[in-house]
Amino acid sequence: MTFELETARHPEKLRRVAIDPVSRVEGHGKVTILLDDDNKVHQVRLHIVEFRGFEKFIQGRPYWEVPVMVQRLCGICPVSHHLAASKALDMILGVKQLTSTAEKMRRLMHAGQILQSHALHFFHLSSPDLLFGFGSDPASRNIVGVVAAHPEVAKKGVLLRKYGQEVIRMTAGKRVHGTGSIPGGVNKSLAAEERAELLKDIYQMVAWSREAVGIIRGLFEQNLAEYNAFGRFRSAGMCLVRADGAMDLYHGGLRARDIEGKTLFDHFDYGRYWDVIAEDVKPWSYMKFPYFKALGTEDGSYRVGPLSRVTMCDSIPTPLADKERETFLAFDGGSAAGATLGYHWARMIEMLHAAESIKDLLHDDDITGTELMATGERQERGVGVIEAPRGTLIHHYRVDENDQVIRANLIVSTTHNNQAMNTAVREVARQYLDGVEVTEGLLNHIEIAIRAFDPCLSCATHALGQMPLEVAIVGADGTVIDAATRDHRGLTREVV
Amino acid sequence: MSPTFQLDGEDIAFTPGQTIMQAAKAAGVYIPHLCWHPDFPAHGSCKLCTVKANGRFGSSCTMEAQAGMSVENRTAELDDKRRTLLQMFFVEGNHFCPSCEKSGNCTLQATAYELKMMSPHFDMFYPDRPVDASHPDVLLDFNRCIMCSLCVTASRDVDKKNVFAMGGRGILGRRIHINSESGRLADTNFALTDRAAHICPVGVILPKRKGFAVPIGERRYDKAPINEQVKEPLKETAP
Repeated sequence: MTFELETARHPEKLRRVAIDPVSRVEGHGKVTILLDDDNKVHQVRLHIVEFRGFEKFIQGRPYWEVPVMVQRLCGICPVSHHLAASKALDMILGVKQLTSTAEKMRRLMHAGQILQSHALHFFHLSSPDLLFGFGSDPASRNIVGVVAAHPEVAKKGVLLRKYGQEVIRMTAGKRVHGTGSIPGGVNKSLAAEERAELLKDIYQMVAWSREAVGIIRGLFEQNLAEYNAFGRFRSAGMCLVRADGAMDLYHGGLRARDIEGKTLFDHFDYGRYWDVIAEDVKPWSYMKFPYFKALGTEDGSYRVGPLSRVTMCDSIPTPLADKERETFLAFDGGSAAGATLGYHWARMIEMLHAAESIKDLLHDDDITGTELMATGERQERGVGVIEAPRGTLIHHYRVDENDQVIRANLIVSTTHNNQAMNTAVREVARQYLDGVEVTEGLLNHIEIAIRAFDPCLSCATHALGQMPLEVAIVGADGTVIDAATRDHRGLTREVV
Repeated sequence: MSPTFQLDGEDIAFTPGQTIMQAAKAAGVYIPHLCWHPDFPAHGSCKLCTVKANGRFGSSCTMEAQAGMSVENRTAELDDKRRTLLQMFFVEGNHFCPSCEKSGNCTLQATAYELKMMSPHFDMFYPDRPVDASHPDVLLDFNRCIMCSLCVTASRDVDKKNVFAMGGRGILGRRIHINSESGRLADTNFALTDRAAHICPVGVILPKRKGFAVPIGERRYDKAPINEQVKEPLKETAP
């Protein structure tokens, strides 16, 4: 990835264009673009303007409250936080193996989450750009426009999401912010009538998910050159994989590949993620910049999420999705697998995988079992990693002998993708904005690049009390009169 | 034949010496309350059970029933005042129902639903109330304390231990103190089997490591609102 266009040399002399807020994403973010008089782009940054703070206020709370509390980070994928926290606390309780009912209930909950989140992202948030064109009329470039022009597509999207939400309600207790997963297991299994109700529609959901893969494949075929080139950049990647290398969104070891596709680590025990990943901070963003330690801050950034998972796993353990994966990888000599918009295609393949997984789990009698909890020998530290809809999600806690959380660290998917998203928007700025008059339609291209990652900005920011900051007092002639910098070590130093 | 009084126009039988609250409970009629518990002497501090008896305001948990008395209970005027009192309870503590393990079993929350409290209305105080997690079996989260003093009474009168005491002055100064030199629960003879360990109507005194073991939908007030559970014995194993 490139750091070109990250910081302009003389920002004070440039014109600033801001996309604020970035629309049709979860959370609040903005993009600032600095241009000179000839509309040449000098700086592009994606800023996340929300503040998280959960790591701080979870301190002192009893550990069993954590999975319920931290999921409040987000209303879109709370299940991912609920489960990642539960997995970390399983480790603290010394539970190495859940009961099969508990594990399958959690997997079912997670598949419901993947299904609803991917449906929401593709149909509600991104399909307007893809179906109407990147620079189309903004008045109809939204889900209401999709309902009017493509009612069948919109209806299926809404009902796919609804089905996923129902799976979550029956496994977690509520559609949003349930309590189903608890440290050491789950608090309920599926009742016979719940199972019957979900079974009624699951085949339809599998069929519609297949159609959704067809929609994005068709769009790629129709717009091959533009889709392949749009915001394209080469990147390292990371995801969880099962012991046999297959995709596993709930549990596995970490796999990382560098920009050339060479394996950096494989089946790595995520309980020691800090041996391979570190986080960098930059003074202009609340969000950290993770990188592979082996490659350093300059070359070590990577991307996570559907594109990394589908391209890096050895197979997908459900047949229809695996077939679609092969088609995707082979498409146009593998071009889509490296495209930023390939995220959407990979996302729909995963949605199909989630629907197939739900179908398989509903046919497994273990989901109605009564053995819900497991026990083990208490530990001080626990790490839980899950593949959330947007990518690898890390929860890390330390709990003292009084059962209180003393330290928490969360590295969420959007944070892993921070550098990748910044690189993508810079590529798009270079491709579409450089040297031309900026229009709404062109600025939407920037947002389309961000939307491809499906960022969940609300949960991605980090700092509390130590936010890196640069302040400059600039005179009327553009010269810097005074400036101060506070970096992540909390130091304040005058630079003028 | 027992004497009667009128409660919102309905005849309620009572035995002489019973309070309005006791007679109403025996008849299955709900009068909103927080600090009153049928097994203990009335404390009369939360004021939520205020009724209008023969035109005068009074706490129904302390006011004796009189034959022929006319008592107003669930009138718009009284429920409005009760809602205001509830809002004060909410802003004086740190009540974050979304992540509270007592949610669904909490009397304060259930009463707020019953009285249709839609917002805290007042500015939050955000008091600084530390958690006492020192005891091996019981967690004390004072953020949720409403000063009902039921734990004080139960520990003193039933458990004979005097583990808790009310102390301090003012809304932010007044709080429950632990009767040990260190001020920590671990340094008392408090036990999970104590009556006081299961008396808290909100989420202060909690058995450790249980948390969310009972799913949403199966908690006490998930099943029926508080006004329909007047005669049922209080389920005191929290949550």
